Amino acid sequence: MPKDGSAIALDGQGRPLWLVLELTYRCPLKCVWCNNPLDFDRYASKELSTDEWKDVLRQARSLGSLQLGFSGGEPMLRDDLEELVEFANGLGFYTNLITSGIGLNEDRLQALKRAGLKQIQLSLQSADRKLTNELVGTRAHDLKIDVARRIKAAGFPMVLNVPVVRQNIEQVDRILALAEEIGVDYLELANIQYYNWALLNREALLPSRAQIELAEQKVQAARARLGKRMTIYFVIPDYYEGRPKACMNGWGTIHLTIAPDGAALPCQEVRVIDGLEFPTVREHSLEWLWNESPLFRKFRGDEWMKSPCSGCSEKSTDFGGCRCQAFLLTGDAANCDPACSKSPHHSVITEAIAAASASIDRPLVHRLAGAAEPAELTP
Amino acid sequence: MNESASIAPDRRPEIAPLFLFRWEDTQSSYVLLYPEGVVKLNDSAGEILKRCDGEHTVAAVIAELQQTFAEPPERVATGVHRFLEVSYAKGWIRDRA
Repeated sequence: MPKDGSAIALDGQGRPLWLVLELTYRCPLKCVWCNNPLDFDRYASKELSTDEWKDVLRQARSLGSLQLGFSGGEPMLRDDLEELVEFANGLGFYTNLITSGIGLNEDRLQALKRAGLKQIQLSLQSADRKLTNELVGTRAHDLKIDVARRIKAAGFPMVLNVPVVRQNIEQVDRILALAEEIGVDYLELANIQYYNWALLNREALLPSRAQIELAEQKVQAARARLGKRMTIYFVIPDYYEGRPKACMNGWGTIHLTIAPDGAALPCQEVRVIDGLEFPTVREHSLEWLWNESPLFRKFRGDEWMKSPCSGCSEKSTDFGGCRCQAFLLTGDAANCDPACSKSPHHSVITEAIAAASASIDRPLVHRLAGAAEPAELTP
Repeated sequence: MNESASIAPDRRPEIAPLFLFRWEDTQSSYVLLYPEGVVKLNDSAGEILKRCDGEHTVAAVIAELQQTFAEPPERVATGVHRFLEVSYAKGWIRDRA
């Protein structure tokens, strides 16, 4: 998943270098921080067909897309995944699979290898069975560990992605040891970002500053010990940074996501912003969607910025932060991301931290159809 | 740059298995692709990595590029050493096993 901390270090020169296909929002897991929409079940009947996805791939490649993530939901739920990987590989994409591991049996793993898949990013939620299963809402831990070992045995480069929350942050040492033992190439300890299901559960999930600092120390020690054997990314939560993340490297600069229904999106969460239209590849060319559509032009560049961003010396570094977070927490997507200490709304962040530290036992809401209404997220 | 501190001339670097090195038309350049990342290479970097095939020795890479580039031979050698050091440090290349 492209995110703050992702390693793309390249000016796209206006090209959508990073393409993410969310093949489906369907998923066997019920993760409490899922970044799919709260009403994900409404999209099941609108998923693009195999041929429609191939057309997207062809168009994106001619626009200059290089990195391709097959994501979801759980992309293994699409029976045509191998066919799409093979097609994309033939077009010259660097193909990444972003999976929970559920459904990645040995036959399909080998088929994906033959199809030319380049790397697999597997998610794991903790170092122990009970906690993983609790966080994802089903029995998945043992299966994930098995899949991790088979991914390495099949010779794939592998990213192990661990979403970091209060419940697992004190396991960082054990997670590092497990990743090392499995032989993963990249370990991504990613403090989650608070949108959709994660925002709904924020009070129960947000770690404390002390927990984050301790975890970061352990990461530093592991980096010193492991050197080049394993690359460790530690994505710290913007709530504690004082500065917003350079979200998506800027709106409509290098990232292009295609949602299950074919909507072309500047980021995977953007449908949380009210008042925007989300045209799809069924009605428009990708070239128009990327270059011309009102959605992609809305926050491209810095013309749209308001104070304090418009006059800020850091605006070309962080692009004012995240539009979705600005909308969700301040009500206006053109506001400065409140994670920035210069934002007049920064108190919503400090108050959220205080609320989280005061509520140890708040029950988690699992991702389930109908378990949350979008209205619950509007401030 | 001090030659004696540089990379031994008989080493045979190759692209590390995590990386995919290829020409990319839409960028008019060589690129290195890896999990979640892209590095766009300038002309000289591309020409050096193109020769990191496990067959060329460092000396051979330098000799060929001294033919290719109009720069003084000594500067080409220094540039190759410097770039290979960076590439080893970043894990883009390794010695052929």
